[in-house]
Amino acid sequence: MHFLSQVFDWFTTSANWSGSQGIPQLFWHQLELSATVVATALALGGGLGVILGHTGRGGLVAVNAANAFRAVPTLALLTLLAIQPAISLKWNGFLASWLALTALAIPPVLTNTYVGMREVDADVRDAAKAMGLTGAQVLLRVEAPLAAPFVMAGVRTAAIEVVATSTLAAYVSFTDLGTYVITGLNTNNTVVAFSGAILVAVMAGMVAGVLGLLTRAVTPLPLRRRVRSRLLSTRPGLA
Amino acid sequence: MLFGTNPFFRWSYVTSQWSQIQGDLVQHIKLSLIAVAIGTAISVPLSILAWRYRVVRTPVFAVASTLYIIPSLALFVFLGPLTGFVASYETAEIALVGYTLLILIWNTVAGLEAVPADAREAATALGYSPTAALVRVDLPLALPYVFAGLRVAMATVIGLVTVTALIGLGGLGQQITYGFTIGYNTPIIVGLVFSIVLAAVFDLLLVGAQRLAVPWSRARRPANGEN
Repeated sequence: MHFLSQVFDWFTTSANWSGSQGIPQLFWHQLELSATVVATALALGGGLGVILGHTGRGGLVAVNAANAFRAVPTLALLTLLAIQPAISLKWNGFLASWLALTALAIPPVLTNTYVGMREVDADVRDAAKAMGLTGAQVLLRVEAPLAAPFVMAGVRTAAIEVVATSTLAAYVSFTDLGTYVITGLNTNNTVVAFSGAILVAVMAGMVAGVLGLLTRAVTPLPLRRRVRSRLLSTRPGLA
Repeated sequence: MLFGTNPFFRWSYVTSQWSQIQGDLVQHIKLSLIAVAIGTAISVPLSILAWRYRVVRTPVFAVASTLYIIPSLALFVFLGPLTGFVASYETAEIALVGYTLLILIWNTVAGLEAVPADAREAATALGYSPTAALVRVDLPLALPYVFAGLRVAMATVIGLVTVTALIGLGGLGQQITYGFTIGYNTPIIVGLVFSIVLAAVFDLLLVGAQRLAVPWSRARRPANGEN
């Protein structure tokens, strides 16, 4: 109990809530990094997934390549980029973290987008074409809304992984909530490390919750039950 | 110059540090195998309960999902007060097992649900008791899914073990943190390449094991292309 009361004291110390090393500032740093990474991954992975899924060519190759890439330990990528002189000090460590985490976030977005696009019923696609919709219209009005829940599931997976891994960015000199954990561990200050871990877990839970709601919001009403069971029948979208 | 005086890879490091690399590799394998083994031992019975009893399913999935969402570094630290903050195998293993649970339970339950009703009815008609049907019909038919889960869990754990370097273990993660600390590419590349090789080797072994255990079924890709 003594340990937990020290953690409680840390959280109720007002100095920890202000300034450039304060909780709000570091919380914001981590959210900023994670949001930038997920947006980049959505643009690149989602864009590629839509193109491959729409044309139906080369998709499996891309998906397999993306998944093979997931075996790369993020810590290795992060540290490798962070010690390259051309990258290391750019934007207070933001650049190295951004690049490494984006590489991590692309595969789930790409895979889910591609799967979502391929899940669109061929009859529905044909019907849309028969009604005179152009390729772009089929994509925007038919395929995109039907694939949206899958894309969002991929984004959610990626975001949870990114928030978790952005904690490691603190190890390579980016300052975020992970900084409490890393410096706490390095200086044997377990109270700070533990408090930081709570903050990181809270952020991960918040991101998972918000994106879960967002996934629900972008799922067309008639599809909700079907997509849910479809998503449930596969493995959790996480790795 | 991107790399300057720091070569991208220097082979002499591998030969001169081989015994250290070997030690890290062994630790990596140990940490990964123990985690997946314990994870399997826990999740198979839990999956059967979750599949049979709806009441069990909700809490099991809730706990497993929560464990899964907590960032690994945070989970290591949460366990610190109980099992030690530095170089504690218990801390590392409990957290790693935690991450395998959702993957394994999810796949096992999906596998059990995918057992055709015909097969179960046939077993009942042949006079199998529910337990006998579970052991001889349901579980064997769910095996392809279980193996799909094992492959994902193994790959996930092999990746996560590197993070335990930050709490003084790490296996190949020690090469990575060492390389970072002294600003030298080669150890990081060594950690990266060996992790990938390790993941690939264990994946192949699991595919082979599945061929032996489920000769009637081709190796199933984990869940429609995801991961």
